[in-house]
Amino acid sequence: MDEFGRAFALALRLVASLDRDLLEIVGLSLAVSLSATLLAFSIGAPLGAALAVYRVPGRTPLLVIVNALLGLPPVVVGLLVYLLISRAGPLGALGLLFTPAGMILAQTVLATPIVVALVHRLCEGLWTEHGDALRADGASHPRAALTLFAIGRAGLVTAFLAAFGRAIAEVGAILIVGGNIRGHTRTMTTAIALETSKGDLALALALGLILVSLSILVTAATFWLNRGVGAR
Amino acid sequence: MILRRTFLLATALLASHAAALGGERFITLASTTSTEQSGLFGHIVPRFRQDTGVGVRVVAVGTGQALALAARGDADALLVHDRAGEEKLVAEGHGLDRRDVMYNDFVLIGPKADPAGIRGLKDAKEALRRIAAAKAPFASRGDDSGTHRTELRLWRAAGLDPKGEPSYRELGSGMGPALNTAAGLDAYVLSDRATWAAFKNRQQLEILAEGDPTLFNPYGSILVNPAKGAHIKAADARRWHEWLTSDRGRAAIASFRIDGEQLFFPSAVAPRS
Repeated sequence: MDEFGRAFALALRLVASLDRDLLEIVGLSLAVSLSATLLAFSIGAPLGAALAVYRVPGRTPLLVIVNALLGLPPVVVGLLVYLLISRAGPLGALGLLFTPAGMILAQTVLATPIVVALVHRLCEGLWTEHGDALRADGASHPRAALTLFAIGRAGLVTAFLAAFGRAIAEVGAILIVGGNIRGHTRTMTTAIALETSKGDLALALALGLILVSLSILVTAATFWLNRGVGAR
Repeated sequence: MILRRTFLLATALLASHAAALGGERFITLASTTSTEQSGLFGHIVPRFRQDTGVGVRVVAVGTGQALALAARGDADALLVHDRAGEEKLVAEGHGLDRRDVMYNDFVLIGPKADPAGIRGLKDAKEALRRIAAAKAPFASRGDDSGTHRTELRLWRAAGLDPKGEPSYRELGSGMGPALNTAAGLDAYVLSDRATWAAFKNRQQLEILAEGDPTLFNPYGSILVNPAKGAHIKAADARRWHEWLTSDRGRAAIASFRIDGEQLFFPSAVAPRS
């Protein structure tokens, strides 16, 4: 039980001393996961809205697939992306393997289905409610979708945070694609996996506590920014 | 709005990461979990960089995966410990110039209570026979790593096939996780001495049998064949390869200690008398 106490003390000490290695992996974790979330959002939000607003054939099977992909194991995504960007793979020439860019790619693949599914669910409800009115006003579909986004902004924030949560929490994909290279591709989660491997459970748990605090900060910041937008 | 601010933050973080690295010269080294988790690279890589200006990015995986990375051209050099696999890699044309770099040894670890009674044995085969006879739990790496391959060779040499025995647990994990599991199960486990020395969550485990010549654990350095593509950093990889076996490299390896214990012994040095 004293592991918890030691982990807590260690976490405080690491944060208070602004440990250089710690700052580096925290910075990289945030950079990779925020970039992946943004990419996933810019791909997934329009797609989710389109699936709600347009009645295209094959829509239902597509939605089933997207929702099934919510359960995609990170390690499978890691393996697929590894085979894609390995030097012997189709995208090998880009030299993305064992780089932060490769890790962003893997997490984008993981986070996009979440955004599509949640934005679709959000827009579908709003479309049922406001669709007739919007169409009566003569709004085109893309324009209607933008209006839906404005109405459902709180839902979009939820989708954004869910996608970010998936990205920042996963370890299976970036371990394979990034290689957990010290000072280059080591993140919070891969460092936690490594310290657990070394049997340094207190340090691993301390890093875990810091990761949770980080998630709380990001969520709080998002809420706060969102409120700011609303006030303008 | 939010998206733009988040984008700016992400870009700034990525840029600072890139700036910190600042076009560093480096090679990618595929190596084993035992060398990385013991802390050896944290000790020798900065010395190599000081001598040559070249950084080393270590991807620590099982030996089986390291060999596969090399065969696909995803690393510039290897430092692994499975002689048969290393020679096969060279024979198949994926690797070049295999060299002995250093060695340490494997140790048989088990619970202090030692239900199989192997404490103090010098004969690893006899120890395995007793573990099997006592039906005591044994934690196997089960991940096609160098350590796993050695363990399977030892069972074969002892004339035993533990696969399928309920007391034989194939974990499919790295050395550290396997030790964590063994500690939880009070199981016997084969470990390299370096990972054990650096391992902190020992609980009831301790070294019970050691010193058999069959527990010798040699590490080899191999260059990935530059014919894999122009991206292979052949010249810098060769500098690393040469440095490891040079006086400077040997001294760096020999000076790595945990709690005063030397854990890797440079091969090219005359045996200690």
